[in-house]
Amino acid sequence: MHLMYFTEQPMAAYDAQEGLKYGATALTFSNRYFNPVEASRLYNEYLEEYVLAEECGVDGIMLNEHHNAPFCMQPRTNMFGAILAAVTKRVKIVFLGNPLPLSDNPVQLSEEISMIDMISKGRVVSGFVRGGGQEQLANGVNPAFNRERFVEAHDLITKIWTEPGPFRWEGTHYQHRVVNPWAVPVQKPYPRVWIPGVLSRETVIWTAQQRYPYIALNTAIDATKTIWDTYSKAAAEVGYTAGPENFGYLIRVHVQDTEEKALQNARQFMWMQGEFTGLAHPVWANPAGYFSPSGRRGFVEFAVGRAKNPRGQPTFEEQVRDTMIVAGTPDQVIERLKHLIEHTRPGIMGLWGNDGTVPKEDRRRCIELLGKEVMPAIREHGAKLGLKDPWEANAPVHLKYSTDIPTMRAAAE
Amino acid sequence: MSVAWTETAHQIAGGTLHLMRGGSGRPLLILHHDIGSPDRLPFYDALAGSFDVLVPHHPGWGKSQRLEWMRHPRDIAAVHAWLLSDLGLKDVSLVGLGFGGWIAAEMASQAPAGYRRLILVGPMGIKPPAGFIYDQAIVSYLDYPKAGFHDPAAFTRVYGDVTTDQLEQWDICREMVFRTAWKPYMYNQALPHLMGGVHAPALVVWGDDDRHVPISAAAAWQKALPNAKLETVAACGHYVDMEKPDELARLVTNFVNAN
Repeated sequence: MHLMYFTEQPMAAYDAQEGLKYGATALTFSNRYFNPVEASRLYNEYLEEYVLAEECGVDGIMLNEHHNAPFCMQPRTNMFGAILAAVTKRVKIVFLGNPLPLSDNPVQLSEEISMIDMISKGRVVSGFVRGGGQEQLANGVNPAFNRERFVEAHDLITKIWTEPGPFRWEGTHYQHRVVNPWAVPVQKPYPRVWIPGVLSRETVIWTAQQRYPYIALNTAIDATKTIWDTYSKAAAEVGYTAGPENFGYLIRVHVQDTEEKALQNARQFMWMQGEFTGLAHPVWANPAGYFSPSGRRGFVEFAVGRAKNPRGQPTFEEQVRDTMIVAGTPDQVIERLKHLIEHTRPGIMGLWGNDGTVPKEDRRRCIELLGKEVMPAIREHGAKLGLKDPWEANAPVHLKYSTDIPTMRAAAE
Repeated sequence: MSVAWTETAHQIAGGTLHLMRGGSGRPLLILHHDIGSPDRLPFYDALAGSFDVLVPHHPGWGKSQRLEWMRHPRDIAAVHAWLLSDLGLKDVSLVGLGFGGWIAAEMASQAPAGYRRLILVGPMGIKPPAGFIYDQAIVSYLDYPKAGFHDPAAFTRVYGDVTTDQLEQWDICREMVFRTAWKPYMYNQALPHLMGGVHAPALVVWGDDDRHVPISAAAAWQKALPNAKLETVAACGHYVDMEKPDELARLVTNFVNAN
């Protein structure tokens, strides 16, 4: 198994009262409430915590990207990737992910990822995402073409990584006359690509068709199983059998020496008024053209306040009960996670350890306990269950490098 | 006298364009708002008393097929010009409503001597010198159209309780707006420079409480067009055709029929 440490890098020092008063903590919640002095302190603490995580034995550090909101201080995932390339030695640097549609220049994006891969000596996992609706609006990027831009940018970047330049690209959304960057990844054929997501069925199917691992972000167990089923079916249709190496799972896990302290801190996972990406108008998270037409009817009712959030809004207690938040002592957490991986069988896991205003000492203690006690136990249990990560399984980086699909083998010969 | 409206479908630019037509007299092409058009409106009926009124749905709106390649109101303008050509219509007057006003202006810019009269009602298309065009991306499917009326009762008169079907339609309309008018949002930087060649006398109409397109833009249109006059409609929002149908119909009729 590949076990990662994750934090949103919350902007813990923002005025929550002002957010409540304004009625939103995303997109248009004024950055007058963003304190760069406090953010400077937090960034440096988070950086030290990543170094600590490596020392404590995590396999990877998961990074992400969000804009215009206090819940996440990573408006550019490649920034921290570059920093980790320099200050860490062993851990995988896992981008989950670069929001491809936000880039008007995928060539430049490929250069950044390539540089980080080279400087880290081949430790990048180059996850790609579509980016949430708010991210499109914050970056002035057209949500109606989100899916098309995602696929085209992916195709352009992977072409850069697998074919020598110079070449010309005349695409629908991107046009480049001289694609010839003097920066390509050191990993061959290219860094592993993982695709995180939550809801979109089309994304799951596309991911399976590429044979990229799909990382379910904090979904309930039932929803996760539905995702795995969808993926497995699509995989079978293109000729391979999906296994644990194709599946990853991000879950919120907070560990402390006492259950009481763990539960108290774990309540911080609800710090954005229980909303994953902050309190926001529904049309910000799902601008027109962004989600699939099959969801339109239910969504428009919700967006004008006539229906409940299709995602539901479980309470903290419900999430603990349903193993969407795991909190306790190392033994308690290990117990819950063993149960979880027996049912969901992922080869990759992200343990989202800290959120909100959990104090520095507690964040560090959580990282220590995760790295030194929880992860070794889960790794061992995972090995018993045959939950191999992509490296252990020697999984192909992309479908086209498969050696277990007869037609592919024939084509290769 | 009730109007007999006919509905027809036309193959244009790779898709099916829906057209509603009624009345007789000089031809009048109505370019509808960004939020689409109800099938029937008192405004259309009033005009059909004096004119041959054509109300197509823009490709991707209402009953017209979406054209995947379409990227700009200029493209929509070309489709409507193609329609007029297929119908063999000449001397058409254009009535552009809001977003439809931008389309009408694009049509006129591409055929400067091509139209009889140009009527632009709270048009998008030119960047307002003061203020911003209301960003529909930030607000709900109800709040956006509601903000286009001065009197909430006028909104209810037209849309009633607002069915889920209507909400779905508004989401589709919004998606089409994003596909064709995302950036710059709701204006064309070149358009003010191209209006100078338009032969047709122009009438620019603005609701005095237009919260979608600031009335500061009216002056920009008057400056850009060589022969334009401005009329403001009192106690009226952006959707003048829906809020003050009789008054607007009167303004249009008098303007088109004057020599």
